[in-house]
Order: sequence, then structure tokens, then C-alpha cells
Amino acid sequence: MPSPPPPGPLLSMTGMTKQYPGCLANDHVSLTVERNQIHALLGENGAGKSTLVKMIYGVVKPDAGKMVWEGEKVAVQNPGHAQRLGIGMVFQHFSLFEALTVAENIALGLGSAAERVGLRDRIVKVSNEYGLPLDPDRVVHDLSVGERQRIEIVRCLLQNPKLLIMDEPTSVLTPSEVQKLFVTLRRLAAEGCSILYISHKLEEVRALCSAATIMRLGRNVAQVVPANKTVKELAEIMIAADLREPTPRPGLAGETRQRLVLNKLTVRSPHHFGTDLHDVSLLIAGGEILGIAGIAGNGQNELMDALSGEILAGHPENVLIDGVPAGLMGPAERRRLRGCFVPEERNGHGAVTTMTLAENAFLSGFVLHALVRFGLIDEKRTHKVAADIIHRFDVRTTGPKAQARSLSGGNLQKFLVGREVLQDPSVLIINQPTWGVDAGAALAIHEAIMALAQEGAAVMIISQDLDEIFILADRIAVIAGGRVSDPIPTRDATIESIGRLMGGTTAQPALPVAASLTYA
Amino acid sequence: MLDAFVPFLVSVIAASTPLLLAATGELVVERVGVLNLGVEGMMLAGAIAGFAVSHDTGITALGVGASIIAGTILALLFAVPSLTLQANQTATGLALTIFGRGFSALVGAGYVGIPAPTLPKLEIPVLSDLPLLGPVVFHHDILVYAALAILALVAWCIRSTHLGLIMRAVGDSHDAAHALGYAVVPIRYAAVLFGGALAGLGGAYMSLAYTPLWAQDLTAGRGWVAVALVTFSAWRPIWLLIGAWFFGALMYLSLYVQALGVPVPTAFLSAVPYIGTIVVLVLISRDARRIRLHRPAMLGRPFQARA
Amino acid sequence: MPKIEPRGYESKFWGYASPILALLLTGATSGLIFAIMGKPPGRTVYTFLITPLIQQGGLEALVVKAAPLIMMGVGLSLAYRANVWNIGTDGQFTLGAICGGGIGLAFPDANPWLLFPAMLIIGTIGGMVSGGLVAWMRIRFNANEILTSLMLTYVTQYLLLYLVTGPWRDPQGFGFPQTAQFSDAASGPRLVPDTNIHVGILLAPLIAIALWVMLEKSLLGFQFRVLGQATRAARFAGFSENRLVWIAMLVSGGLAGMAGLLEATGTLGQLTTQVSPGYGFTAIIVAFLGRLNPLGTIPAGLLLALTYLGGDAAQISLGLPNAVTGIFQGILLFYLLGCDFLLLHRIRWRAAPVKVA
Repeated sequence: MPSPPPPGPLLSMTGMTKQYPGCLANDHVSLTVERNQIHALLGENGAGKSTLVKMIYGVVKPDAGKMVWEGEKVAVQNPGHAQRLGIGMVFQHFSLFEALTVAENIALGLGSAAERVGLRDRIVKVSNEYGLPLDPDRVVHDLSVGERQRIEIVRCLLQNPKLLIMDEPTSVLTPSEVQKLFVTLRRLAAEGCSILYISHKLEEVRALCSAATIMRLGRNVAQVVPANKTVKELAEIMIAADLREPTPRPGLAGETRQRLVLNKLTVRSPHHFGTDLHDVSLLIAGGEILGIAGIAGNGQNELMDALSGEILAGHPENVLIDGVPAGLMGPAERRRLRGCFVPEERNGHGAVTTMTLAENAFLSGFVLHALVRFGLIDEKRTHKVAADIIHRFDVRTTGPKAQARSLSGGNLQKFLVGREVLQDPSVLIINQPTWGVDAGAALAIHEAIMALAQEGAAVMIISQDLDEIFILADRIAVIAGGRVSDPIPTRDATIESIGRLMGGTTAQPALPVAASLTYA
Repeated sequence: MLDAFVPFLVSVIAASTPLLLAATGELVVERVGVLNLGVEGMMLAGAIAGFAVSHDTGITALGVGASIIAGTILALLFAVPSLTLQANQTATGLALTIFGRGFSALVGAGYVGIPAPTLPKLEIPVLSDLPLLGPVVFHHDILVYAALAILALVAWCIRSTHLGLIMRAVGDSHDAAHALGYAVVPIRYAAVLFGGALAGLGGAYMSLAYTPLWAQDLTAGRGWVAVALVTFSAWRPIWLLIGAWFFGALMYLSLYVQALGVPVPTAFLSAVPYIGTIVVLVLISRDARRIRLHRPAMLGRPFQARA
Repeated sequence: MPKIEPRGYESKFWGYASPILALLLTGATSGLIFAIMGKPPGRTVYTFLITPLIQQGGLEALVVKAAPLIMMGVGLSLAYRANVWNIGTDGQFTLGAICGGGIGLAFPDANPWLLFPAMLIIGTIGGMVSGGLVAWMRIRFNANEILTSLMLTYVTQYLLLYLVTGPWRDPQGFGFPQTAQFSDAASGPRLVPDTNIHVGILLAPLIAIALWVMLEKSLLGFQFRVLGQATRAARFAGFSENRLVWIAMLVSGGLAGMAGLLEATGTLGQLTTQVSPGYGFTAIIVAFLGRLNPLGTIPAGLLLALTYLGGDAAQISLGLPNAVTGIFQGILLFYLLGCDFLLLHRIRWRAAPVKVA
């Protein structure tokens, strides 16, 4: 019978401070996690949650502060040390090796040879026991995102952690997978492994966590019991402002011309581990926003590429832009038809990071803005176009000559969205509009999208963020396994029905959708 | 025809050895995600270092040791710019080839046309005298057997040891390996230096056993063929061996054909190995999916540690 | 221990300073090597770099040597900007000399105003054929262009060997492996009479300027630059990667072929077993020394031509083997690549103080 744990909190941090050039990431932050507790860590992007957690896990060394673990003062040297202390972490971005098997991946994550003894059997036992079954011999590239997360979790569980840190774990899960995860986490907490849960999904936090520490701009601002606050109250503490309700959508302005039509679009993925598209058929009218919901890896990128013209369809009739058969046209020709596109990946796809903003404006805009004369680039006009985008979309930068890589994620995304919107498109397709973007920029982008639809453009939003889709879209469809469901009006949709379409049955009550969730 | 066949087989095995040594080294390097195109330069450095030391000391073992050191030092000249200073790996590899050629020509200027002690051939009392099997299997220079043993050792290490797993991991995703705490850059340094040692050894085989003389540009593009071999083999050691034998055969085809009395211009026969390389490269590369399946995902990409 | 910090942008100062620093380091290292070889370092470096300029006929020899290097370097600048790694310019050079030279040998008495331009065009096409073959194999079969272009160099070399020892051998050549001399008509005009200054000396800088305008100012050039920096973005913009690969290989191959023909007729006067003293690899260094900028290849080509002449001068007056030139060039490329590190990174010799707000 193991001796009872010493009294007092599991983890107590006080005065944690970390300075980066130009930014005080953590300013005398304190955090206390009790035993058997699921503790939330809340805050906007840039509030300092990541830094704090990295200090716990030994990835980053604090400039000042005290950390007391199980009653003893410690200074965590590196992740290996953290693991030996009993701290495990599941990052938002997984560290997995696609070409290797589950067992090999886990073996690489364990510290010592002793831990690798009998690994395959232990993986099967532990993963099944906690409701996260894994086959040790499957190669990672065959697995879904949810299954990949299980590898990360099981890897931690095999080291018998006392504290498990999870960074945005549910952003890549279907609603039913979320519920399964919650069951596992509650069990872990009951058995003696506390959870430190970082998330911006306030509704989930209220359902799961018994305590929350809220950070803003590098400081603690509150410690609360989430169930005692409403989502709106929590969000307001996080951003210290009264939440503005987004301008409600006035609804379709009576424009019914079908501006974008997909007819049984079927496309083979050029990526080795990609998802083929099958028989995708959709209609989007002018003034309408169609939201395509779905977990990553279900064909979103293939859909985007098929629409932008980077992948050609089988027949011209598969894609109609304003009635013109465009299936065999490349991107430049589709732009001539006033189709504009914002891909998911800013770096290296939507923009060339080593080039200036002017050159990036030229990249997609040279057709519709007529920036080429006699084969030569019209540099003055290009400069003006870029300056226009910067001004109208409040892009924080030194000017059109700034290199794209000098911009923050949110600013670059504002620039790229603005670049497309200012071309006055008839059809706009955006893949993950506000991924990795701060709240202020996200709001600006949403408003730009809605304004564009107001003017009569047909807009498609592909997003993993259900909240975003519920805010923006008039109709919702779900992409799963390369197929797209029939769109239903947003007001008729619930998280439950959407979750069912994403794959996997649901057994939980439908969660109400609150529009104010997103800006938190 | 059979008369010429046995010497042909013997020659094929000999001709394949420098390719096998250099390609095994490059296989290890590419498995951790680095593309070193300077194999030709490292082989030449090894060849001249081996020859010069062998000649000056009279001891071939010292020559072999010198060739390993020379190859390793040249590999270091590749590793520092490409791994630490994050220079473009393709350009750095070319720089290594250019430097290696110049360096070997410079040092070798005084050694052209001079004989040096060569590597001893294996002599086993009964086995070496067997017909067919004798000369083909039991009568080669020691480096021939070393090349096979090294290939087998490397294959086993990559597939079955934890070190091999770490190497494959680094080649698959250096960011994930770094996040898990593995020292990506030192591991790559070690692999590159190992590749240099083997390339140097392959060069020594040329100057101490195969030719055995020194002449400028002795390897005549074999370093490049070795790089091509690694791609052909889809990074799998058994195919590396088969590929090396195949190219050895192509290189010796000219002499074999002439021995048969077929009137083909010499220049054409000399070109056959290079034409063969192109043809096989084209045939193999066609199946892009298969290559992408086996290719280390990080091949040629510089690694930048991000906090 | 000095700390290394990424800048987050490209330093303009080091864009110009890096090649100069590389040159200085190369000079210093070479001096060290000369000293090890028992030659006085200062005097050797002087012989290497200064003597060829000041001796009689030095400037003429310099521009004649530089012209093919600049021409090939310009083509490679374009190709490398698009990540098309043509390593086989030596072979394309040789094939240009063979094709164009073949015409000249076949019609020695034709009208020079028709013959020479025809030779020039055919020579350029010869280079384009070789380059085009590489492009086709990359596009159609995914074959790596580094390996295919390099292998073709060896094949072309053997083709040349076959021709000059066999069907094209000069019957009056005493059995040496060489062709007949090119007739006056086939040799092309001289810009300055009684010198070797042939048309290429004028063409090379003109082509460099034209390609610079194309690369920096035109839509096509923009396509090349984007393709080299972000393949997916190029596709997003609707630029055809295949088309750009074709153009890159045809232009770099064609320019190498043109340079080959000009070298054969302007300098060599005939075809022998080797028409290129390793210009293919030197051109790679010219392209990098010029920072992959067509205008930059002009000073870069002149400098590398100087190293060739210097190697000859050092051989004559100091007994240094000719191979020294190869080492010098290899070292230069290493330092160039290494010094470019400073464009994107800075070295902090003392730790910056930590500001706590």
C-alpha cells in the first residue's frame, strides 16, 4: 500500500517571471493546482499561458519565481526532468513521426531503455484501460488526428504522471471524441493525476474543470470556479472589456443567382497521405455564406485546391463560377472570373514570407488589378494596391516594402484576406479564416467577410472552429472523408447534429451555442 | 565465353566495392535527413590520402587509415556550413566536390604514375583455389569483405536498434525529434562524418586496389553514381548492394564486350555506365508515390531550432 | 561564448559585404596553403591576383576568359533562382561546341556572314537540346536534374572524344586527337583586330543586363523568383512549374552552348579532347559569387577568370601546380556559403541585458 501523499497542493508556483526581447511574457504569475483536480488555465492568445506551462515542463527557464512540487522546491531543468518528477504534457502540435509505428513513436518519447521493456503490451493495456485504444503496429500516417492525440496521451500515461498538462486538446476532436476524452480525464483526476487544462472553449471548461486561473497580458487576473460563472462572465474577465455582440447578419438580400456551383466534383489528392474528394456538389448564391465544418484531414485542403484551380477537376462543368465552366482552368484564369481564395497556410502558400507585401499583393492581384504592362511589373500601381490593403484593413506594419515575415500572424492574415477582398470578387473561398490569429484580428476578418457577402459575393468558409462557422454562416455543411453533406440552414443546426455528421455517434445533450464564445 | 565470365564476375565485385562503400555512407547521411552531394570530393580526398601515405610509408594499413581521416575531414567541411550555418545543402555539397577535386589534384600532383603498395588479397588455403567460387568469393581484397560487412552492420543498426530508430526519427521530422529532446544537429554531424569516412575508404579502394594508381579525377564520377544509388535503392540496404553490382557490371561491360571481340567504339563503352545511370534513374523516379513512401521526409531541409 | 540570434529579415549590408568577406577569407586561407607548400604567401597571392592584370595582354586575356563564365553564370543564376539545379553546363558547353563547330568544319568556305551566325545558333540549340533533355526527364519522370545533367556531362565528353579521335579527326593533324582548325569564315569576327576579343565579350554583359531586367522587372522573372522561394505559392498564383523548369533549362543550356561555340571558335580555334577546362563548375561559383543576380555575374566572372590566369602565372613563375586554381575556387565557394549566414543571423559577443519591466 503506497504511503498517502503529503498534504498541500500538488503544484504551487509563485512570482513566475519570464522576459523575452520586447515582451514580458509572464509577470509574477502564480498558479496552484491541487491533487485530484482538473484545473483550467484561461486566457487569450498572447496572455502568457504557453510560457507558463513551458516553464512547468522545463522547456523554458524562468527568470524569477518559485516552483513547489509535492511540497518541495524544484527547478525543472528539461522535459526529461519534468517527466521524472511526474509531469507530463500533451502539446497542441504533436511531435509524431509519420513514417514510424505507434510503438516506435512512443518508444522515442520515453526517457530510458528500462521504460521500453515490454512496450507493445503495455501500450495495448494502458490505452484500452483508459478508453483510448491503440494498435502499436499501425503507422502514424494512417491515423486520424484524434487517434494521433491518443498516442501523445498514452505516451504520457505510461510514465505514471501526477500532473498532466493539456494544451488546447479539443480543437482537433469531433464532439463525441471530446466526450470520450472528458471521461478519461475525469477518471485520471480521480485516480490521482491532476489535469492542467488550457483551452479557449469556455463551455467545455465549465463542464469539465473545478477550478480556473485566468491570465491576461502576462499576469494573473483571477482565480475562479468556472461553474459559478457564465461563459460571458469568464470571457469578459479574460479580455477585460464588455463583449461586443457581433453585428447580426441581416440575412440574404434577395439575391438568388448561384454564383458558385460544384457538380459532383471528384478529385484525387496529390498528397501522399491526403484525402480524395468524392462527388462534392454544392450551390452558393450571391450574398450567402456557406460554412464547411470539419476536423482537419478530411479533404479541406483538397477542396480548397480544387476550387482555386491548383488541382484541376475532371470536367469543366464540375466547377462553375458565375455560370462559367471553370473546372479545367488554373488559378490565374479563375481569378479572371473574379474568384478569389485564401488558403489555410499563410507561410509559403498564401504568401511568400521572404518577399515584400507589395510583391505578395502582386502575387494574387496582378490579374484583377491589371498590374502587368507589356510583360513588365507596374511597380507604382502594385505599391499603391498594397498600401490600400494595409490602410483599409489596419495592418500593423511599416509599409508595402516590409517583408511578409516581419508581420505577426494576425496582421499577415488581415493582409491576405484584405488582398482578396479588395479585388472585389464574385466568389471568395477561405480555408481556416482565423487560425492562429488574435481576437482583434479575428473580429476584423469576420466583419470583412460579412461585408463582402452583404455586397453580393458568394462566400465559402472552411473551418475547424464550429463557433466561427455558427457566427458567420447562413448554411452549414460538413466535410468528412472527402465527402460533403447537404447543407442545412444554421438556425436549424445544433452541435449534436453537426457532430454526428462529422462521424461518430453522440450521447451527450446538445450544448447551446453562444455567439460570444469566439472572441474569448 | 565462360573463360571470360569468371574474371568478369570478379571484376564486377571489385568494381562495385567503391560504390558500395560510398553509397552506404551516403545512405546513413540521407536517413537522418541530410543530402551530401560532395561524395565525389570526399572519395577523391580519400583516394589521394590513402595513396600518398601508402607510398610514403610503405604500409597500406596506414594508407587506409589516412583515407578515412581525409574523408572525415572533408565531411566536416560540409557539415559546418550546412548544419551549423544553415547554408543550402545542395550548394555546399557542390562546393565540397569542387574543393575535393582541387585538393586531390594538388596533393596528387607529385604522385602521378608512381606505383604504391597495394592491398593484399585474401588467401584461404583450399577455398581460394576452388574453380569459380574460389576467385569470385574467396580471393578479394580485404576492403571488399569490409564493404559487405559494413553494409550489413548499417542495415541491422538502422532497422533493429534504438539508435537506428532515433536516426529514422530525425530524418522523418527533425522538429518532432527536437521537441522530444533529441540533439538533431550532433546526430547529423555524426552521420555526415561517418559518411565521409566511408567515402574516403571507397576512394582508397580505388587507388590502392582497383586501379591501383593515382591520376587526377581518379573516381571519374563514381561519387555521383553512389548518390544516385541511394535514391535507386529507395533507402533500403539490400537494393543498394544489387545496384552497386549492377553498376559494377556496367563499368566492366566494356572490357567484357571487347574481350568477346565485339567491335564497339571505346568511347561509347566508356559512356555506358553513365547512360545506364540516367536510364535507371529515370525508370526508378517515375513512381513518385513509391519514392515518397520511403524517402526521409526531412531530406535536404535545413534544421532551425525553434524555442 | 558568443550567441547567435536570427535577425528575422535579410540584412542589406551583408548582402554586399558577405562576398567581400568571403574573398578576404579565401585570400588569407590560400596564403596559408601557399606557406605550407613552401611558397612565400604574399608574393604568391600577388602573382595570383595582380600579375595577370598588369602583364602584357593581361586585360585582353581576362575579358576573353571571363566571357564564357559570365554567360554561363547568368544562365545558372536564373535556373538556381527557381531551384532548378543545372549542374551539367560543362556538357551543354561541350555539346554547343560540337554542334556549332561541326557546322563550321563542314562548310569552311561558306559566306562568313551566314556561316558564323548559323554556327552560333546551332551551338546554342545544341546546348538547349542537352538542357531540354534534363528538363524533360525531370518533368516527365521526376528524375533529379542534378544527377541527370551531371551524367550527361560525362556522356557528352565521351561523344567529343569519339568525334575527335574518329570521324572528325584532322587528316593533316599528324594523328593527334583534334579536328582541323576553323577557317577564318568559321572563326567569327574579332571586335578588336589582331586580338582574341570575339563577339562573346560584347554579348556576355548584354545578356547579363537583359536577363537582370527579365528577372527583376518582368512577370516571368517574378514567376521564377516565387518558384524558387515557395513552390506552393507559385502554384497558388497560377504559375506553371513545368513551364518554368523548361525555360530555366533551355536558357541555361542554351547560354552554355553559345559560350561553348564562342570558346571553340574564338579561343581554341579547333575542337580537341577537352573544350572546357572545368568552366561548368566554375560557372556555379560565378553564379553564387554574384548572389544569383545576373548583374552580379559580371564582376564575379571577371574575378574567377582572374583566378584561372593567376593559376597559369603562378605555375610559370613559382612552379605551383595548376590544380591550385581548383582549390582556390572551392574554398571561395565554401566561404561564400558560410558568410551568407550573416545575412540572416547576427552574432552577439556579449549577452544582451535582460529588461524586466
